[in-house]
Amino acid sequence: MNENIFFTKTHEWVQFLDDTTVRIGLTDYAQSELGDLVFVNLPEEGDEVYVGDAFADVESVKAVSEVYCPVTGTISKINEELLDHPELINSDPMEAWFIEVEDVSEKGELLTEDEYNDFISQEG
Amino acid sequence: MKLIFEKGKEGRGCSLLPPSDVPVIRLGEKHQRKQELHLPQVSETELSRHYTELMKRTFGVNDGFYPLGSCTMKYNPKINEDISKIPEFADIHPLQPEHTVQGCLEVMALAEKYLSEITGMDLFTLQPAAGAHGEYTGLQLIRAYHLSRGDGKRDKILVPDSAHGTNPASAAMAGFKVINVPSTEDGYVDIEALRNAAGEDTAGFMLTNPNTLGLFEEHILEITDIIHQAGGLNYYDGANLNAILGIARPGDMGFDVVHLNLHKTFSTPHGGGGPGSGPVGCKAILADYLPSPTVKQDSDGSFYLEYDHEGSIGRVKAFYGNFLVVVRALTYILTLGKEGLKQVSESAVLNANYMMHHLKDTYPVVYPDKCMHEFVISLENLKKEKGITALDVAKAMLDYGIHPPTMYFPLIIHEALMVEPTETETKETLDEVIAIYKEIYQEALEHPERMHGYPRKAAIGRPDEVGAARNPILRYKYNND
Amino acid sequence: MGSYVPNTLQEQQEMLQSIGKKQIGDLFSSIPEKVRLNRELDLPSGLSEMEVSNRMRQIAEKNRVFKSVFRGAGAYRHYIPSIVKQITSKEEFVTAYTPYQAEISQGVLQSIFEFQTMICELTGMDVANASVYDGATAAAEAIIMCAEKKRKKAIISETVHPHTIEVIKTYCSGLDIEVVVAPGSQGKTGRSQLEKLLDDTTACVIIQQPNFYGQLEDCEEIGALTSQNGAKYIISCNPISLGILKTPAEYGADIAVGEGQPLGIPLSFGGPYLGFMASKEKMMRKLPGRIVGETKDANGNRAFVLTLQAREQHIRREKASSNICSNQALCAMTAAVYLDAMGREGLIQAATLSMSKAHYLAEQLCKMDGFRMVYEGEYFNEFVTTCPGDVDEILSELEKRGILGGYPLTGKHKGQILWCATEVNTKEEIDTLVAILKEVAV
Repeated sequence: MNENIFFTKTHEWVQFLDDTTVRIGLTDYAQSELGDLVFVNLPEEGDEVYVGDAFADVESVKAVSEVYCPVTGTISKINEELLDHPELINSDPMEAWFIEVEDVSEKGELLTEDEYNDFISQEG
Repeated sequence: MKLIFEKGKEGRGCSLLPPSDVPVIRLGEKHQRKQELHLPQVSETELSRHYTELMKRTFGVNDGFYPLGSCTMKYNPKINEDISKIPEFADIHPLQPEHTVQGCLEVMALAEKYLSEITGMDLFTLQPAAGAHGEYTGLQLIRAYHLSRGDGKRDKILVPDSAHGTNPASAAMAGFKVINVPSTEDGYVDIEALRNAAGEDTAGFMLTNPNTLGLFEEHILEITDIIHQAGGLNYYDGANLNAILGIARPGDMGFDVVHLNLHKTFSTPHGGGGPGSGPVGCKAILADYLPSPTVKQDSDGSFYLEYDHEGSIGRVKAFYGNFLVVVRALTYILTLGKEGLKQVSESAVLNANYMMHHLKDTYPVVYPDKCMHEFVISLENLKKEKGITALDVAKAMLDYGIHPPTMYFPLIIHEALMVEPTETETKETLDEVIAIYKEIYQEALEHPERMHGYPRKAAIGRPDEVGAARNPILRYKYNND
Repeated sequence: MGSYVPNTLQEQQEMLQSIGKKQIGDLFSSIPEKVRLNRELDLPSGLSEMEVSNRMRQIAEKNRVFKSVFRGAGAYRHYIPSIVKQITSKEEFVTAYTPYQAEISQGVLQSIFEFQTMICELTGMDVANASVYDGATAAAEAIIMCAEKKRKKAIISETVHPHTIEVIKTYCSGLDIEVVVAPGSQGKTGRSQLEKLLDDTTACVIIQQPNFYGQLEDCEEIGALTSQNGAKYIISCNPISLGILKTPAEYGADIAVGEGQPLGIPLSFGGPYLGFMASKEKMMRKLPGRIVGETKDANGNRAFVLTLQAREQHIRREKASSNICSNQALCAMTAAVYLDAMGREGLIQAATLSMSKAHYLAEQLCKMDGFRMVYEGEYFNEFVTTCPGDVDEILSELEKRGILGGYPLTGKHKGQILWCATEVNTKEEIDTLVAILKEVAV
């Protein structure tokens, strides 16, 4: 696993493409808890986001769950493929990035992979 | 089964209208429809048989037990249907002169009067077309009240975490922010949490009583007082009124505004998802804000519609509301009368307690000591131990010819089933159903693997809902376009 | 009054005993004394079915059913085929609940799917929902669909039905959406005024076609102006007219809404009616309310389900775009059966007859002094005339003879009458109306 990838307690992963640019997605644990996803509501390019903001949501047949932003910055890209193929989040969670954020200024609580794995083994 | 579009043939149809007895006029080129129009081309025979086929794939209250919690699926009296269809009600244009619709206005005035008495409110509007619509209207009344007093900072509505989804959705639509108030472990509103949440920015609190767990909030006066002290108003969601007709009234519990569901408590039919009716009642302090027009009576006894009353929130619907639904409800109220309405609630509560008592040794009833007109079961442990969910149990019921209870509501209970038998069920039916429920639970324990295959006897097996949402097909497409 | 509470006192006693209670009152112990009613409801006593029937009919007799109706203004008397009434009276359809349990509700679900299809066919749109309360609330919901962060101004033509405008104002008041009414000009939407109002904060423009005064709007031109501006275009339409009239899709609309009452639903003193909503595919997920979709079950059988539910209130709660929970299912089924029975030819016929009768009526009226058309434009089945003499008196004379005349307009249109004709008005009726008017008015 890439050293530049971190995790949050709300089950997002954050990959640092460089010091101030990140990609964000949902972890395998998250997708298995959520079940089959049918739709994703993404924000727009250019939107400002802050640590802790719910920047997107994912829909399964019977529920909606919010996805939280672990950093502060500006959204530079959104992964439109997810709009047509939300099932990629289930099949390939670490590849199914939601947004790219640039000019990252602040970060929330980020866990290493080991820390995250400890965390979820306690949760369940 | 085929769609209607897959039946019929080019050239078939019904002969319904005569040829023109006046010169035929056509539209000019500019506005003529050029886009193809495809509609079924079937004979009356085919049409009749099509809907008979559809009818056989439908499950109404006339088919069997229908204990949907919070929906009050009571029997729909046929006299109500007959009365709503007479031409003197059905064939009246909403814009006829008032002296030619005195009957309609009297129906509305009587309904408003009786509903006021039943709920302890001062005034009513019959304009909202459904419960959610009524909630929205009631919240707009609250909003108008605060705005008219210069209290614009009150932008929050408090809602229990056990509330029906329409409550927070209606609040958001009316421009409020929603604050969730937790419930205690015993299933009641957490009064301390409510006290902390209520403040200068509180516009109001929405509650149903009995609550969505089937329990009567015994501290209701304290609850409504907390909100009043904070300067807010109390909103009563009337979905569960069937438990307290003639016994208690929201107006006496400190509520300022209520909505009713005529298609629940007042026996009007559900129609497969509507039309319903969601009248809103209020105390005199909110009278100014009611939707316009309101029904009034002149000193000579005649009725009229009052428009342009200052302060009204305006209209929430064209014309006056779902009038023919109100006709059915009024017929029902006249049939039952003061004694009958009370018997409805007494029997509804007895039926629910009877079922709960005889099931609680088998099923995990969440609050087994008492209930009002409905009770909640949680299958959380069954899921953990045997992998059987509330959904599996509900689907098994379909094969026994009964409708399942409400599933997965309220959200604060996991794997919930909410059972509301209503007063229109006989003791024999309840006994039969109790036996069925027990049989299903036995099967879940002994043969859990069978449970995932239900239903086996219905028109279809479990549908692929994920596929339906991922690749929505929302209409039939004709091929020759 | 006892038959809806079937358990006898004896049975109730048995039931109480079996659960260890002595009397019914014990079950209500959790209701505090202070809150109990402790008296009878101040209502009349219950009645037998025969008495109730007589009582309600007595009240009904104070209403007047008109033999001839020449009034529309949002509620239309069309011919309702007998099969429509028969089918929609079937107990299963009447008493069924919302089809959340798909396996036993395929009948209701399929009928809604068929309804959705036919609304798409009528309006030319890609997707339709399972219906909303009425045409006015459909228009309001459509505007809410169009509001975005930077576009929160909704422009509504003055020529839209007044009730629709009022409902839109109420709905937008809580939501921070600015409602601007574009003035009319000679019975239609004023194009130059509209152009001035359009800017980059405009979320949508909504036009009614035919409009409240019966006039056909320049919908295509208005659509072009609207889309140039980047705003969405909503057309509120008359479903019968769509048999012959250009569809909202052809006019360039993004969303079509309307009142479905003309499709087999009786006048009903205003309700229950039927709001329909249809849109282009790109706005599908913004449609409020229930939607039925097609799928398969585990055995590969075609199946219908409520779908895209994650838009709705029971899942999204305060984040739902609309609080709507129910649809007008039985009314939607009524419309579906009506369209099945009429078919394409029948609908075209109903539309053509309505239009022809209205034009014949207009021609005959205008032969008389004092009656002339107020607007020059093309119209479908409604039109406005002036009136010689006092409108109320004239309408009163018609009323004496069992005729509901046109709708007396108010405000700046006071003294004018909005007439309507449909396929049910015979030439004879129209000639009779005109003869009477000649007598009393001219």
